[in-house]
Amino acid sequence: MGMTMVEKIIAAHTEHETVKPGQIVNARVDMILGNDVTTPVAIKEFEKIGVDMVFDKDRIAIVPDHFTPNKDIKSAEQVKMIREFARKHKITYYFEVGRMGIEHCLLPEQGLALPGEIIIGADSHTCTYGALGALGTGVGSTDLAAAMATGHLWFRVPETIKFVYNGKLNKWVSGKDLILYTIGDIGVDGALYKAMEFTGEAIESLSMDARMTMSNMAIEAGGKCGLIACDEKTEAYLKNRAVREYTPYYSDPDAEYARVIEYDVSKIEPQVAFPHLPENTRPVSEAGGVKIDQAVIGSCTNGRMEDLRIAAEILDGRKIHPDVRCIIFPGTQEIYMEALKEGLIEIFIAAGAAVSTPTCGPCLGGHMGILASGERAISTTNRNFVGRMGHPESEVYLASPAVAAASAVKGYITHPEEVV
Amino acid sequence: MKLKGKVFKYGDNVDTDVIIPARYLNTSDPAELAKHCMEDIDKDFASKVEPGDIIIGGRNFGSGSSREHAPLAIKASGVSCVIAKSFARIFYRNAINIGLPILISPEAAENIEAGARIEVDLDTGTITELESGRTFQADPFPEYMQELIKAGGLIEKVKREVGQWQE
Ligand code: SF4
Repeated sequence: MGMTMVEKIIAAHTEHETVKPGQIVNARVDMILGNDVTTPVAIKEFEKIGVDMVFDKDRIAIVPDHFTPNKDIKSAEQVKMIREFARKHKITYYFEVGRMGIEHCLLPEQGLALPGEIIIGADSHTCTYGALGALGTGVGSTDLAAAMATGHLWFRVPETIKFVYNGKLNKWVSGKDLILYTIGDIGVDGALYKAMEFTGEAIESLSMDARMTMSNMAIEAGGKCGLIACDEKTEAYLKNRAVREYTPYYSDPDAEYARVIEYDVSKIEPQVAFPHLPENTRPVSEAGGVKIDQAVIGSCTNGRMEDLRIAAEILDGRKIHPDVRCIIFPGTQEIYMEALKEGLIEIFIAAGAAVSTPTCGPCLGGHMGILASGERAISTTNRNFVGRMGHPESEVYLASPAVAAASAVKGYITHPEEVV
Repeated sequence: MKLKGKVFKYGDNVDTDVIIPARYLNTSDPAELAKHCMEDIDKDFASKVEPGDIIIGGRNFGSGSSREHAPLAIKASGVSCVIAKSFARIFYRNAINIGLPILISPEAAENIEAGARIEVDLDTGTITELESGRTFQADPFPEYMQELIKAGGLIEKVKREVGQWQE
């Protein structure tokens, strides 16, 4: 019997030759990630363990991105605590404001997430690294503490659901639409405890940016990870970035899957997830022209170059609707700089959008774009839970950068075709 | 170990954003977090909950963010145990790692109403509704997790292991 990609990756990090779904193993981890919300809790736990040092200062990344640049005194204190910890332990990959990015845009860009690796992050969207063929998975702060001390963590080997995306994508249909469609199909717990494996010609045709958007939202279906096999595009992306050697793993043809689900992507149109669950998806043509107060373009889901280019294509020479605030936040400083050089930032500002330094900001209702009661936002982020972007009576609609930008121009949720 | 308390009941997909909204995540003090626990779906929770009380949820309890602040807030608010039809995986890990007992029992989640007083026997996984005497059985934990729980959580377990290496 063959093995799936996730089984091979886990086995390679243990003393076992093979592993089976359901088995609980203690595995070595290649990279550990914490942010300004989850690391302070981890530091308190780490200190209880009684080790003097972290297991490897080159395999820990700490990224203050949620409430930074510090939004208030409490956040400043949290970040101070993690900065001091990073200094004390000489953490190589501590990223300061001005040199940072949203963690899941930053780690791949810096070559810190590589095929075949196990990367744990005290942040649920650590599954983003599945796009590079890595087992990236979210854990909690106590896990983070234990892993920082020992370099190991317990894992339950997941079953895998294989998704096959056949056919060619229609214009304006992106990785975001595929993943929203998938979550709409299987539900927010459709892949609970399971690995998702994204395959098929449509996935092969996607850019690395679009693949990361898809893997990013595996958690929104309850998945442990969202894997895409390493190919030439992955290799090319990593060529001048990878900080370590790596070994990709591929599913065997006779691997056993919990389910295999096939889609014909030529039938999929841009999607919108209605409040208050990512599974409440509809094709944009059935979105009924919902009026919006805010459009948010960015985040670890859609804050990469391709996303900004699509938004700029739509906003170029047009104006944001007078009743809409459009907030655009590039994923990292490097992306920000590239967008600046390409003239995208100028297009955004000329259109009447606010452009922010990289931060999680509005995505989690932290700062930089909080909604009042009764307000509605269209957003390229990944969650539309009650109160996610502000007041418990506000609403978030999830969509691609193309749909968000087009809606920002019209003032209501609309298909990009109606604008361009 | 037996736990006893009254039931707070919620539906499916109770996510970590409603368990503890992000606007309160600029602190990690459990007592502070507990003040805002469940605020966005149940304003009265923090004022009504008493030590020992039990939360019952539906499917996919604790979905969303990895914030350990969510089980920490629940634990700090005095809740002794959470029962649900299923748990989101990171919440499940976090609860076990920090020593917040959680039980999977679709039958209990289906049949027990808000306000009922129940007793939970953690050793056997039996849930008893005190007034009616009805009982429900929860899934047993895999062996590894039982060890974790017995050790008093992940940090205690790692502490022991690290202590052994150092010797
Ligand atoms: S951008 Fe949003 S989803 Fe991504 S890490 Fe930040 S808060 Fe989480």
